[in-house]
Amino acid sequence: MKLTGAQILIKMIKAQGVNTIFGYPGGATIDIHDEILKHDDLRHVLVRHEQGAVHMADAYARAHQTTGVALVTSGPGATNAVTGLASAHCDSIPIVVFTGQVPTGLIGNDAFQEVDIVGITRPCTKHNYLVKDPSKLAEIIQEAFFIAGSGRPGPVLVDLPKDIIQAMIDFQMPGPVKMHTYKPNYKPNKKQIAKAVKMVKEARRPVMFAGGGVILSGASKEFTRIAKLTNIPVTASLMGLGAFPGSDPNWLGMLGMHGTYRANMSIGHSDLIFAAGVRFDDRVTGNLEKFAPDAKVIQIDIDPTSIHKNVEVDCPIVGDCKMALADIAALMEKEVPEDLMKDRDAWLNRINEWKQLTPLKYEQSFDTIKPQYVVKKLHEITKGKAIVTTEVGQNQMWTAQYYHFEAPNHFITSGGLGVMGFGLPAAIGAKAAAPDKTVVCVAGDGSIQMNSQELMTAVAEKLDVKIVILNNRYLGMVRQWQELFYNKVYADTNMEAQPDFVKLAEAYGAKGFRCDDPGKVTQTLETGLNTPGTVIMEFVVEREESVYPMVPAGGAITDMLLV
Amino acid sequence: METNRYILSILVDNEPGVLSRISGLFSGRGFNIDSLSVAKTADPHVSVVTMVTFCDAHVIEQIKKQLHKLINVMTVNDLTQKEYVERELALVKVHAKTDKRAEIMRIVDIFRSRIVDVGCSHFIVEVSGDSGKINAFVELMRPMGIVEIASTGTIALGRETGK
Ligand SMILES: Cc1ncc(C[n+]2csc(CCOP(=O)(O)OP(=O)(O)O)c2C)c(N)n1
Ligand SMILES: [Mg+2]
Repeated sequence: MKLTGAQILIKMIKAQGVNTIFGYPGGATIDIHDEILKHDDLRHVLVRHEQGAVHMADAYARAHQTTGVALVTSGPGATNAVTGLASAHCDSIPIVVFTGQVPTGLIGNDAFQEVDIVGITRPCTKHNYLVKDPSKLAEIIQEAFFIAGSGRPGPVLVDLPKDIIQAMIDFQMPGPVKMHTYKPNYKPNKKQIAKAVKMVKEARRPVMFAGGGVILSGASKEFTRIAKLTNIPVTASLMGLGAFPGSDPNWLGMLGMHGTYRANMSIGHSDLIFAAGVRFDDRVTGNLEKFAPDAKVIQIDIDPTSIHKNVEVDCPIVGDCKMALADIAALMEKEVPEDLMKDRDAWLNRINEWKQLTPLKYEQSFDTIKPQYVVKKLHEITKGKAIVTTEVGQNQMWTAQYYHFEAPNHFITSGGLGVMGFGLPAAIGAKAAAPDKTVVCVAGDGSIQMNSQELMTAVAEKLDVKIVILNNRYLGMVRQWQELFYNKVYADTNMEAQPDFVKLAEAYGAKGFRCDDPGKVTQTLETGLNTPGTVIMEFVVEREESVYPMVPAGGAITDMLLV
Repeated sequence: METNRYILSILVDNEPGVLSRISGLFSGRGFNIDSLSVAKTADPHVSVVTMVTFCDAHVIEQIKKQLHKLINVMTVNDLTQKEYVERELALVKVHAKTDKRAEIMRIVDIFRSRIVDVGCSHFIVEVSGDSGKINAFVELMRPMGIVEIASTGTIALGRETGK
């Protein structure tokens, strides 16, 4: 059977189960858009900026637990996608991004809208391809999805020259993927599993620590099971929020720079850290020399490079979190329950004292809204069940602290890259993946302006998202650092020059509400969340509120600034 | 931690861009490359990259794991963990005035190297061995006046063990 490159592309994408593409056309990709139009079962979400398309694919992948897909044109379309790729790369999110490219004969000639996108994105993709041989197209697309979704997931870019897209090619559905150089190892080593159980039995002050890997491998159930069997308190990185229920009495809250006092103290005084799907990044460990001096470490990760990278590990387990945790839980079930929780009461009591001493706190006044209060109310009104995306900065940290996530895949944030402009497109992508869910973007006034053009996408595509802007008229997180470490010189962080967000919403055909009265926060949230369509709820909040507790960069995680 | 010399023999897909993935990994993560050589293997789809790097045990562990993570990398073999043979080849163009010719030829002999080109005022000498031997040879030639040197990076193979 002879098909065009574009037809093969769409056929292969559909064979992967894809039914949604986020994209933006250009000269190099018209043939592909032309082909998409012929498939009623394939939704193309037309964005307003390619960065938005990639963030949408990223959030779609997280909310849907499949691989997200974006399609952009050559040159500027491709370079606009780079930030999205970098964010997905840092957070290990499976997406495949297709870029148009000039015809193969012109490559290397500085042709119009030619960039070496494969060269540019080599360090910020898991892998990438330039298709030069039409007969390899089908196979490469299949490999791209395989690589993106397997092992430690990540973004894959496929660069498609226009002549390849237009070529008539003999097509045969390729057999299952066979790659001799890439074979991710899922199966954990049995001996290490047994060793981990032994270490848990010997521990007196253990803490479990979940990262994004637990969520990516769908291992929350197994993780939680172990925490229950052993009565071990649990913390998580930003990416791991939702891996363990936020309402559980053994939940310590987030760990790290803006972690809770009790989470940081627990890790700092622990004799065992049972870590799954984490990479011990600097925002979590603080000063490495002073990180958990008495703790032995069990670390489960599919990626061997994550192990021994920053922290010495006593029991490394290379493999899939879900499989490893299931194996550990199975061994534990054969043990005498008491053996798995020796002296636990003493440890939990000590942790409880830390909690009593310094809970997360803020003081809501009569006249000014505290941003934390807005997130707390949002949590109550949505019963903790919404999918929440965030922008970056204080808004992100307050969401992590005060929206106590109950289940995995409900918190969608740019963790590793921390890219402003992520939250709104992410909310749109999540809504496309989970149309029955309430999707809320908690935003800052600075960040929302980075991709506010995507309001048009939300409205046009009827992907209803609810945007909560915590408007402090500052680049708040940077201002906080200036307050603490730069003598309160607020250089270039004032955002008083800003659009009227209610009118901005209206300009795009969305609804806008503004609230500056603490007494009306609940009402505004209820009205906004219940108003059909895309809605902006702007909360004028205390301008100089800071995120506490805080570990100054480079400090020990147990040395926290509390107010 | 103590810095050591490591020789890695890396089998990779013989595809454009693979070398840039490897060198990009090193530059992006601040690993050092002392020498690098790429060649075909008996299998036309596979190339071998021989790389020499100086680092400590912690860094070499990361380097090996990170290399292995590259999709186009098949195997990463740390030859310095076992018995191996290493060679480098250098072409040294040296001034050969009449009064120095005999001495140069004597040194060439001692090093079991060869003169591969003779001109009115210069020789080109081909010398091979491990990098220590090459360095020693170059140091002896230096007083004669070295015009140019071209050399390969280190290449190496593990010895066959067992019967
Ligand atoms: C693209 C990008 N540029 C700059 C930064 C640096 N940065 C981190 S937080 C922040 C302030 C964000 O301000 P806003 O969105 O108003 O959030 P707030 O901290 O006030 O809640 C900035 C500028 C970034 N993370 N991303
Ligand atoms: Mg702000």
